[in-house]
Amino acid sequence: MAIQQEKVVQDLKERFVEKIKEVSAHFGDDTVVIERDSLLDIIKFLKAEPYDFAMLLDLTCVDYMGQPDRFEMVYHLFSLSKNLRLRIKTRLPGKDPSVESLTPVWKNANWLEREAYDMFGVRFNGHPYLKRLFMYDGFEGHPLRKNYPLRRRQPIIRMRKQDDI
Amino acid sequence: MGEVKTEKKGLGGMAGGFITTSLNAMIGWGRKYSLFQYPFITACCGMEYMSVACAHYDLDRFGMGWTRFSPRQADMLLVVGTITHKEAPVLKTVYDQMTEPKWVVAFGACAVSGGIYDNYAVVQGIDNIIPVDVYIPGCPPRPETVLDALIKLQKKVQKEGHEWRFSKKK
Repeated sequence: MAIQQEKVVQDLKERFVEKIKEVSAHFGDDTVVIERDSLLDIIKFLKAEPYDFAMLLDLTCVDYMGQPDRFEMVYHLFSLSKNLRLRIKTRLPGKDPSVESLTPVWKNANWLEREAYDMFGVRFNGHPYLKRLFMYDGFEGHPLRKNYPLRRRQPIIRMRKQDDI
Repeated sequence: MGEVKTEKKGLGGMAGGFITTSLNAMIGWGRKYSLFQYPFITACCGMEYMSVACAHYDLDRFGMGWTRFSPRQADMLLVVGTITHKEAPVLKTVYDQMTEPKWVVAFGACAVSGGIYDNYAVVQGIDNIIPVDVYIPGCPPRPETVLDALIKLQKKVQKEGHEWRFSKKK
């Protein structure tokens, strides 16, 4: 019993009327932009039957510096049993880039959220171990933010000067 | 043209049964044909290294077939691939653990200059951390390029002033 892709979006629109900000389709995949405070409710609804989005394919962040809501979280969901794909987006303000953690729903969100925290400085409420994943202890700032200086280097050990070589 | 006559006895059939050389040249000769290598492989250049080291290009022809997986037993450090700032202390430690005499080869564009990774994470050339003897360009370099570089390193080793047990310390 196949579920049509459009039905998911329609169902979301009906159940979370004022929480859905925008819906678009691109190359056959639907994107739903939602309010930040309703993220966990919508995700839990999608993971349960009948849609059964059991797999979080990817979770990442985009920095739109200069826009009122600076950061955009992007979640790629996949339903193995129903063969459905869905993209959920939500915007976070630059002054308070925080959002609910999805680790209670999907275990793999743990490291993905740590990566987003490391690279963009997004805070995930309720994350069990929100520490840097890639960069080392003592690294200052978040390197994938657009305002991270292009030439800034933070070596751990002393770099030899060109004259020493 | 007269025929060169050699006696078939002594050292390799050489005339008079002796050779003349300087001790330094002989040590260099010995060292350049027994470079024990330590491959420090971090990235895709490793595939080219494997190609060079294995039967197709066969590093063993140059006396470099003996791969040591402990830096304490190695003469030649091959830095193959991208070195990040996070990894820099590890590479420095490995280099410091190697005993003298030691030589370093920067293998591939990333090790030479950071390559295409001009960003916050990558060391812009391993000569920012440790001294380098031979630089091999290419992304990744062809095996022939690597062999050429290693032969150049052998020439460099031959020409060096070698320290040995009874030599005067600098």
